[in-house]
Amino acid sequence: MSKSPTRLTSGHRLCAGCGEGIIVRQVLMATDKPVVVSNATGCFEVSTSIYPYTAWNVPWIHTAFGNAAATCAGTEAAYQALKRQGKIKEDVRFVAFAGDGGTYDIGFQALSGALERGHQMMYVCMNNEAYMNTGIQRSGATALGASTTTSPAGSVIPGKVGYPKDLTMIVASHNIPYVAQVSPHNWRDMIAKCGKGFECKGPAFINAMSPCPRGWRTDPSDTIALALLSVETCVWPLYEVENGNYRLTAESAKIAEGKLAKRPLTDWLNAQGRFKHLMKDKWRDLIEDAQADIDKKWERLQKLCKL
Amino acid sequence: MEHKDIAINGDSAIAMAWKQINPDVCAAYPITPQTIIVERFSDYVADGEVSTEFVCTESEHSALTLCIASAAAGARTVTATASVGLGYMWEMLGIASGLRMPLTMAVSNRTLSAPINIHCDHGDAMASRDAGWLMIFAENVQEAYDNAIIALRIAEHKDVQLPMMTCLDGFILTHAIERMTPIDTHDVKEFVGEYKPVYPLLDLKNPVTYGVMDSPDFFYEHRYQMKMAMDAALDVTEKVFKDFAKMTGRKYSLVEEYKCDDADYVAVCLGSTFGTMKATVDILRKEGKKVGVMMPRLYRPLPSKDIAKAVKGKKGVAVMDKFMTLGGYSPLYEDVVASAVCLDKMPEMYSYVYGLGGRDARVDVLKTVFTDMIDKKAKKVNYLGVKL
Repeated sequence: MSKSPTRLTSGHRLCAGCGEGIIVRQVLMATDKPVVVSNATGCFEVSTSIYPYTAWNVPWIHTAFGNAAATCAGTEAAYQALKRQGKIKEDVRFVAFAGDGGTYDIGFQALSGALERGHQMMYVCMNNEAYMNTGIQRSGATALGASTTTSPAGSVIPGKVGYPKDLTMIVASHNIPYVAQVSPHNWRDMIAKCGKGFECKGPAFINAMSPCPRGWRTDPSDTIALALLSVETCVWPLYEVENGNYRLTAESAKIAEGKLAKRPLTDWLNAQGRFKHLMKDKWRDLIEDAQADIDKKWERLQKLCKL
Repeated sequence: MEHKDIAINGDSAIAMAWKQINPDVCAAYPITPQTIIVERFSDYVADGEVSTEFVCTESEHSALTLCIASAAAGARTVTATASVGLGYMWEMLGIASGLRMPLTMAVSNRTLSAPINIHCDHGDAMASRDAGWLMIFAENVQEAYDNAIIALRIAEHKDVQLPMMTCLDGFILTHAIERMTPIDTHDVKEFVGEYKPVYPLLDLKNPVTYGVMDSPDFFYEHRYQMKMAMDAALDVTEKVFKDFAKMTGRKYSLVEEYKCDDADYVAVCLGSTFGTMKATVDILRKEGKKVGVMMPRLYRPLPSKDIAKAVKGKKGVAVMDKFMTLGGYSPLYEDVVASAVCLDKMPEMYSYVYGLGGRDARVDVLKTVFTDMIDKKAKKVNYLGVKL
């Protein structure tokens, strides 16, 4: 794998400790076939395509923010047409990358449409739980109580109000062949899942936890440790939905089997500056609610995996 | 080859043109009064009469996005829309032109909401006129069909490489059945030729990056390159019109003039109104009034020099907008006035707003455009047929 061709080169302008560069490199290692990449507007797009430079050694296109799925679908539609005419011979894979803003929020309609139509493509959401490129604004993926620039921790309101939407479950309800949650700390799990996503017949969706030192107020060197912590606290369980069958993987499977301890949410909250304000006594109830929500979702996921 | 005339509506004529072209990809979303285009084309797809990859998207935004990405990938791509659908595409319009995607789009012109109204005016096209698209208008169904074929040659020309809208008046042309002379499919295919994409994404051995981040050091120059492409499109269009005339005998000009040479008073309009205005001119000519009418067939790029030449020396010019700019002058009026600024002596220029939301503009009403100018009753800005 270490000898696989460099599809995303070094020299891009992502922040130190950004999860996205790690994720994309792992995703693109998951196939030996030629790939065409689509990218939503966001950190990753602006950091890898600053004219007159490009960090891309593979065909790459960015059109706008809310349409990574439609962009990817367009490249795939052209491929289907040209392949049918014999104008292209290669077996090509199509992958879209977008952040949580471009996936949970503004790009959700385009994503849902593309999944329903059944394009042969894989969509990868790099979820850092806020609009980081524009300066850390809350999104539909932002955790309860997280302080962002549009959900600041105030004296009356303690950061983001409400829980993030469970996009992976929503996508799974489209009944596409392959859906998975991944985290960059476990490259083996991620690459195995992306390999399945690239090869399944029809659309695949990968939701990747992507720590963001700037937005989370964490040290760049803690990125991978935080990624692991998100799984150990069951904030971000690792699982896959293959042809409708739910299955826990990696650390999450071990937690379910009792082979690994499930860590408390406070470990996750204490590790990040964006949750610092929650440690005040007045927000104790909020932490308890958040822990209860995680426990409930974890129980439900385990039940789905036993079906 | 001899062609049999057929009876057909404008939307079906566009679909027929697409069938003959057999584009690689069509991504579209239905919206009145464009719907018949995608319905008829779906029939061709379902019956295997085309090999097009046809994608019914969940929105116009995605429809145009798919088309842009498909064109970037190297496929000849077409779509169609109307009204608020074009509005919904608006973000992507500038991206299609900025990425220099030579796709073509039929626009069944319909007013913009609110109040919601499904009928014809040019609100949709005019709201998109600065998006960097080439724009061509049709007087009748024949021209709507011809434009759908001609547009490929202009948009795809190496000196142009810009997307093109082919506008046809909603209902008046999209739904009304007219007599039309179709072109032999073999001739259509020969005319448009095999598509040769420039820097396609699917050239896997030569990977390209599309949609880069541009700094202030480069953006202006990239936009200027688009301006140069627009300039080039004037000559390219004239050449394509000539080739088209050779094939069909139908001669088109950047600015179509009807009895303008010796006219004292002329009107300028777009779309199907040009036909009604010709009939109006004929009636007034019989009454001895020296009047004429013209249509800038190509609206973007604006054939300014031709417009200036055509209005030069006239006593009065009525510019008719099927759209009302609120809080300013209407677009065609501004365009014609600005085109005429280069003349030593500007003719009197009148703005006529008319036909909004599908309000009929019949000969008896249109006559007053000329008679008001002749009788010195025309105001600087006139609202034709408004009931106050």
